[in-house]
Amino acid sequence: MHSPRVLMTKIGLDGHDRGSRIVATYLRDAGMDVIYTGPWQSVESVVRVAVDEDVDVIGISTLSNDYVLIPALLDALSAAGSATIPVVVGGIVPPDEERSLLEQGIARIFHPGATREDIVECVASLSAVSSTE
Amino acid sequence: MADRDPATSPEPAADPAADPDWQREYAAQTKAGQPRKNRSGVDIKPLYGPVSNEPAGDGDGLGYPGQFPMTRGVYASMYRGQPWSQRQIVGLGLPADYNARERALIAGGSTGAYLSPCNSFMRGFDIDEVPPELVGMSGTPVNTVGDIDECLAGIPLDEISFALGDNPPFTLSAMFLNLADRQGIARSRLTGTTTQSDYLSLCTANHMFFRISLAGSRRLLCDHIDYMNTHVPRWNPISIVGQHMQQAGATPAQAMGFALSSAIQYAEDMKARDMAPDVFLPRFSFFFDISISFFEEIAKFRAGRRLWARIARDRLGATDPRSWRMRFHAQTSGADLQREQPLNNLTRIAVQAMSGILGGCQSLHTDSYDEAMHSPSEHSAKIALNTQNILREEAELDQVIDPLGGSYYIEQLTDDMEAEIQATIDTVDAAGGMYQAVNDGVVQGLIGQSALRFQNEIETVQRRIVGLNVYRESDDEAMNAVPQLERPPPGAIEARIERFTKWKAARDPAGVDAALERLRSVARASDQNLYEEVVAATAADLTHGEIVAALRDELGDGVPVIVV
Repeated sequence: MHSPRVLMTKIGLDGHDRGSRIVATYLRDAGMDVIYTGPWQSVESVVRVAVDEDVDVIGISTLSNDYVLIPALLDALSAAGSATIPVVVGGIVPPDEERSLLEQGIARIFHPGATREDIVECVASLSAVSSTE
Repeated sequence: MADRDPATSPEPAADPAADPDWQREYAAQTKAGQPRKNRSGVDIKPLYGPVSNEPAGDGDGLGYPGQFPMTRGVYASMYRGQPWSQRQIVGLGLPADYNARERALIAGGSTGAYLSPCNSFMRGFDIDEVPPELVGMSGTPVNTVGDIDECLAGIPLDEISFALGDNPPFTLSAMFLNLADRQGIARSRLTGTTTQSDYLSLCTANHMFFRISLAGSRRLLCDHIDYMNTHVPRWNPISIVGQHMQQAGATPAQAMGFALSSAIQYAEDMKARDMAPDVFLPRFSFFFDISISFFEEIAKFRAGRRLWARIARDRLGATDPRSWRMRFHAQTSGADLQREQPLNNLTRIAVQAMSGILGGCQSLHTDSYDEAMHSPSEHSAKIALNTQNILREEAELDQVIDPLGGSYYIEQLTDDMEAEIQATIDTVDAAGGMYQAVNDGVVQGLIGQSALRFQNEIETVQRRIVGLNVYRESDDEAMNAVPQLERPPPGAIEARIERFTKWKAARDPAGVDAALERLRSVARASDQNLYEEVVAATAADLTHGEIVAALRDELGDGVPVIVV
């Protein structure tokens, strides 16, 4: 089995990247291959990188409302035939939006304060399933 | 350490912490453990006595408020003369929503306005250039003079001090000046601050606002300072920001050190234009974060003031005392707020605000308790403002200047923080100054390391956070209740975008092209003031997005140096 490949990214306009950089470091330290894009990615560019790089999991970090683009991201993944790539979200998402995103197929939403252990374990198990599909 | 006049001051009392009886009893009552350190890495002792250092020469002491080295405050009268400005960041919905919220805050005691534009603006775009879902979600879209007119309708431009979340090329302040011109208000009467002008902090820690290359931003900032000094003399054209870096993970001492290093850089850049320090330094202002590390933050502000006075006088050569004043706005730290049991954030914000006030801030923003969930609701924003009203009116924190001055602990901690801050400044100096250090990613790397260390301390519960890693109440619904996020009504954003595109199309295309070409040609001619041309461009109805796009093209795009 190859080591998990994770795309760590931010979509939309926000540039607060403290969280995404810390999580990228955690996953890398846990032996995963992390593709870190930095902020301001479009939905299209995330799908392109995910497909081209054959990632097992997509991690989206959101702080100021960019989570509103996640439904469009899920649609674009489906359109690209990659609906099976699990999407994990971390950051600030209002509670009512959170329920809606989970119903639409987001694998997991981590809040500020999530532990390294939880994040690494979640991404590892999602990627184990994902890479066998 | 305090300056003591040996003729009048009594001998300092013996340090009780050195008393063998106390030491014995203390040891008997406590477990030996790791030495405690604050966030900046300063050792924290259980008891402090008189500061043992010998009084040193001018510049190392306390002095009086408003006098060198300004440790006790930048004005002689501090809040007795003028209370701190209660300035709440407002940025939401459409211009009319902003206007209603800001007017309500002014009616509720707010004495300064803060206009925080939409993320689309921050990235340099008009509202028709970004996904519509993102417009008006965390900030108000302002693309034209007409937009800012709508935002500020009914607010007297010459009576309120305005903080504009404006970054190179400073279109927001340009629109603001045009609005004042249209209302017939003399520019000399306007007061306020260009709050996101510190492009080095944007490139380092708040990438969102970093639009134009480092070199291009450097020129635009110098041009902006130059222009505002001449035409809007009561305006603070620069706000040097430690807040972004502390929010990104820098320790309090690092954030202060990086901010002072940035201030040195900006001052040197202006001096290189043959401007005398006493011409521009009196209008330098600062913006800092207030974490919940209560005493550390107070000491950070006191030490920062002392260092800046010394830097401004001795390193930069300023002789006017106004140049030595580290005047600052402070904001309670959002990164210390927790999503779990959000009502607890009210306590955190009050404690943070007290640090800012006791630390001598000139202007204060208190966060809203729901900010770990979403942008503040109207209800929570009102409570945040009332936190300040309570601290001032009921707790009467505005009565005594530097009330903690002379505390054994505070004075020692001020000295210790000063040493930590100085170490950061030395690191930046060794890296070739702040511009070079940011360009090379040195600052970003140091902040990243601090952020990771802090997170690890939370993970391992060395740092205990109520509701997060201790005292969890995850099943208690009342404790975890949050207000609903308010959103613009459906269709409002789309209608706004449509109105905007129609307005753009109705302009005279030849006039737009000519104005754009003029802007580009001034950008290419490095000896002309480019900000002056930005002011002219907004007057000629060029939009924010058009101006930024043209200048990105001429001066280079802002690409942050990302260090993982």
